[in-house]
Amino acid sequence: MIALEKRPQPSQAWTWATPVLAVLLTMLVGGLMFAALGTPPVEAIRTIFWDPLFNPQFASYSRPQLLVKAGPLILIAIGLSLGFRAGIWNIGAEGQYIMGAVCGAAVGLAFYPAESVLIFPLMVVAGALGGWAWAMIPGLLKVKFGTNEILVSLMLVYVAESVLASVSSGLLKNPDGMGFPGSRNLKQYPSGANPELIAGTGMHWGVVAAFIVVILAYVLLTRHVLGFHIKLSGAAPRAARFAGVNPARMILFCLGTAGALAGMAGLFEVSGPAGQITIDFNSGYGFTAIIVAFLGRLHPVGILLAGLLMALTYIGGELAQLMLGLPGAAIQLFQGMLLFFLLATDVLTNYRVRLSNKAKGTV
Amino acid sequence: MKRRTLLASAALAASLGTAAFAQDPTKACFVYVGPIGDGGWTYQHHQGALALKEEYGDAVEIAWQESVPEGADSERVLTQMALSGCDIIFTTSFGYMDPTNAVAAQFPDIKFEHATGYKREHPNVSTYNARFYEGRAVVGHIAGKMTQTNKIGYIASFPIPEVIMGINSYFLHAQKANPDVELVVTWAYTWFDPAKEADAARAMLDQGVDVITAHTDSTAPLAEIAKEGGSAWGFGQASDMAAFMTNDDGTPGPRVASIIDEWAPYYIKRVGQLMDGTYEQIDSWAGMPEGEVVIGEMTDAIPADVQAEAQAMIDAITAGEYHPFTGPINRQDGSVWLAEGEVADDGTLLGMDFYIEGITGEIPN
Repeated sequence: MIALEKRPQPSQAWTWATPVLAVLLTMLVGGLMFAALGTPPVEAIRTIFWDPLFNPQFASYSRPQLLVKAGPLILIAIGLSLGFRAGIWNIGAEGQYIMGAVCGAAVGLAFYPAESVLIFPLMVVAGALGGWAWAMIPGLLKVKFGTNEILVSLMLVYVAESVLASVSSGLLKNPDGMGFPGSRNLKQYPSGANPELIAGTGMHWGVVAAFIVVILAYVLLTRHVLGFHIKLSGAAPRAARFAGVNPARMILFCLGTAGALAGMAGLFEVSGPAGQITIDFNSGYGFTAIIVAFLGRLHPVGILLAGLLMALTYIGGELAQLMLGLPGAAIQLFQGMLLFFLLATDVLTNYRVRLSNKAKGTV
Repeated sequence: MKRRTLLASAALAASLGTAAFAQDPTKACFVYVGPIGDGGWTYQHHQGALALKEEYGDAVEIAWQESVPEGADSERVLTQMALSGCDIIFTTSFGYMDPTNAVAAQFPDIKFEHATGYKREHPNVSTYNARFYEGRAVVGHIAGKMTQTNKIGYIASFPIPEVIMGINSYFLHAQKANPDVELVVTWAYTWFDPAKEADAARAMLDQGVDVITAHTDSTAPLAEIAKEGGSAWGFGQASDMAAFMTNDDGTPGPRVASIIDEWAPYYIKRVGQLMDGTYEQIDSWAGMPEGEVVIGEMTDAIPADVQAEAQAMIDAITAGEYHPFTGPINRQDGSVWLAEGEVADDGTLLGMDFYIEGITGEIPN
């Protein structure tokens, strides 16, 4: 008989071991799935995890791309993790990401074709404000009317997508674009561009911002009273109230921070790797960041690593499709397994597995 | 003696070289915006890719990647394809336009072919598209003849010239067949989202629309029309969607004809040119005469005389005798667009941002 026994304290060791175990289980079961699809499993796993980093043909290109892909994931996931720790469930980072990109790009395009070093910083501020404002909607509704922030923030993603479609075929449409949807390309507008800072590294301002935010979040959570209050609100809401934490202010702070960071991620993406506002500009970073936040145990350093790992599965997954002809859906399934196994193995953190025999039990 | 060995070894090296060249297949790579099983747009591009492989056998190798998001991700995918040894890369969605040009700049020896775009910023970038409006004209005629409620529908994706052109062509020919016909346009704001497409179809059916054509990629609108049990009809879009010709119970299905995008002739032509050295940068806009726009089999739900008329129109367009946009045609506001006998020029069509007379409602922006 296998019995689960609740641990008095979540196990520190398992907290860090379960993500590794989840990755290993994903490789194992994913490998079986690839085998069932007729692809040699070892080769598939190697293509996903090894080739982007070390294959001589691709590595010099795909290694920097890891940072490009991980940057926005980390930036968004850090913001989400603060709320998740406090028990505030912002599921709508995708919408905040879109609105940040739209607002930031709008500011940049408003100045086109003027050149000034002030334009890009202004765009970053506008991006952060756009994301922040979008997150304030579920925040204020929750504080004032007690609505559920999960539903409201999620639904606002669809509203943001409609706004995106509307501005890319209307307000922000490239006047020289022959009537086709999509804004001007910010990459071709020096003052509004977020270029690669050092050639061949993939490092752009968004990646820099992600690293800074990781450090700030670490300091906030370990050294600052606000960080303590965030953790307390999540672990023991009543106790937090007695400790003088204002729940409304906590909700607005967590949603606002997450929104602003997601908005900045959107701006860095639209002015850098993506280049332009288009109808399908968003590609799911806001949702993937939720996985990254949990995979990283809501810990800033963990999120940094999880973001890089997730980016690796994306880039390696693309390579596996191209080189081995694996279907795109198999790669998505593989990524989904990662979260599934993480949640499944989480049980080990909170419970101890006891192998007991029946005889003993009846005594 | 020495010289002879030198020559012999040079000849050997040369023959080895050509042998290696002959064995080295041309690699054609495809980037798809949807899954290859979407049953529409991407499926049809993939059929073209498979036909290409079939045509040239071992001389051509194909690789593809599906569901590639437009924007930054596509730029990475394209670069990885270029690094992996592709000789020619087909990017099959409008949103890949800027990434295609950006990557093409870095790989001048690789050919890039972008579907439905207009930017050719580098000598190694070509663009290709098909004259889908020719197909819309034919199904428009069928729709005008078949509607019982005099209300026909169009599920539009985005307000871009390509779609507006299709709406105008569809309505123009429906109206010629049936002067009382009224057009309902529903904007789905997506290329591929079965749920939204089905909703759009349902909303129109509930308004009394009984013939619907779609400018989106999935089969969901046909599945929705099928629920009407034979009182409403639709068309296959991008792909034949022949599965909807008959219902499971053997009764006639909702699909009465289809507009098929046939990319195979183009892919075979271009890769062939690349192999025999006659490849040049082009901007291709072919249609029925070249076999790139094809009307799928018409079912018996369409009356025989209407089938004959539709076939006559297909033949005329294929022979180059009829252009679907031939005047007199007025703009929505009543002003003259094309005078009697005047034919629309490609430039106006490619930038089309107005409805023709008789369509109610406005183009959203």
